[in-house]
Amino acid sequence: MAEITLQDIIKEENLVYKKSKVMTDNTLSYCPGCGHGTAHRLIAEVIEELGIQSETIGVSPVGCSVLMYNFLDIDMQQAAHGRAPAVATAIKRIMPEKYVFTYQGDGDLAAIGTAETIHACNRGENITIIFINNGIYGMTGGQMAPTTLEGMPASTCPFGRDIELMGNPLKMTELVANLAGVYSVSRHSVHTPRNVRKAKKAILQAFESQKLKRGVSFIEIVSNCNSGWKLTPRKANEWMEENMFPFYPLGDIKVDGQLVTK
Amino acid sequence: MAKIRGAVVVDVEGCKGCGVCIPACPSEVLDLAKEVNGKGYNYSFMKNPEACVGCANCAIVCPDGVISVYKVKVA
Ligand SMILES: Cc1ncc(C[n+]2csc(CCOP(=O)(O)OP(=O)(O)O)c2C)c(N)n1
Ligand code: SF4
Ligand code: SF4
Ligand code: SF4
Repeated sequence: MAEITLQDIIKEENLVYKKSKVMTDNTLSYCPGCGHGTAHRLIAEVIEELGIQSETIGVSPVGCSVLMYNFLDIDMQQAAHGRAPAVATAIKRIMPEKYVFTYQGDGDLAAIGTAETIHACNRGENITIIFINNGIYGMTGGQMAPTTLEGMPASTCPFGRDIELMGNPLKMTELVANLAGVYSVSRHSVHTPRNVRKAKKAILQAFESQKLKRGVSFIEIVSNCNSGWKLTPRKANEWMEENMFPFYPLGDIKVDGQLVTK
Repeated sequence: MAKIRGAVVVDVEGCKGCGVCIPACPSEVLDLAKEVNGKGYNYSFMKNPEACVGCANCAIVCPDGVISVYKVKVA
């Protein structure tokens, strides 16, 4: 048998994976190893697979992903800090046939945008909310967020979050799961192949239930902010597994309108 | 017996050298190069190309989407 060379393998007809066409060629503005890029690509892949590139409108937040509209080749609107669910509400009500999603960090969704998030969820707006929780304000220099874990250092609590002084971390995802307008809630990560596949499936299902007018689908992605956490990308992912996942456990929280009892 | 052979192509200038793809590979194919790209990042490359099975695990975890994957069945 003749030895097969790399040239024999690397041919157009043998291609099994490349970056989705729904991603633009712009270089992502994210730090090396930041989960925002992976999360963007999964959304792009779902849009490509469902063939809804011209029927999808995204709403980008304030935070590191503020420029998301430069990276996904779809219609997007950038919202004021925390207001993405309100903007998405308007877009969906004016154009109910479109697929509408928000993409928001934890500072955006769980701090300044708490009211917009809770009320859009409670109203049962027919939208998809994608929530990237890295436990701090990444863009502005790693300040403490409502989601910062007990004992977790941040630039505004360098000795770690002290609950007595700074209050408890907020599980926004469990909170919205209790609202009647919310149809499905799940928590994911995008740092390993297995988790990437699960997160993508959840995004796909969220878009499908939007077509069926089921109300809010809410997907949290626990992610890293390796720059803010002051760890290398690989160490940040390990830290996330050890520290974030025990407090923010991955899995289904609400399925088909029913809370999952564990 | 049919055997699967794979290969990846890393867009060297797009790679940010984060290394997230390395532990994602079940066959220990990838490593960061000693050399750097134009942005100064040690880019990912196939250190052990014979072991690649084209599973795309590396590519789906790459935050920057700079890995393309190829796969063939060898008789
Ligand atoms: C009204 C308003 N208040 C405050 C800010 C400053 N600001 C910019 S980004 C940000 C927090 C972003 O954190 P997060 O939503 O967690 O996103 P990340 O950058 O971590 O992805 C803040 C407070 C702002 N731009 N606008
Ligand atoms: S600051 Fe944090 S969240 Fe922002 S791009 Fe860098 S790693 Fe990602
Ligand atoms: S395609 Fe699979 S086997 Fe090949 S380098 Fe990537 S992860 Fe490793
Ligand atoms: S995950 Fe992507 S950007 Fe990071 S080192 Fe690997 S190929 Fe480069």
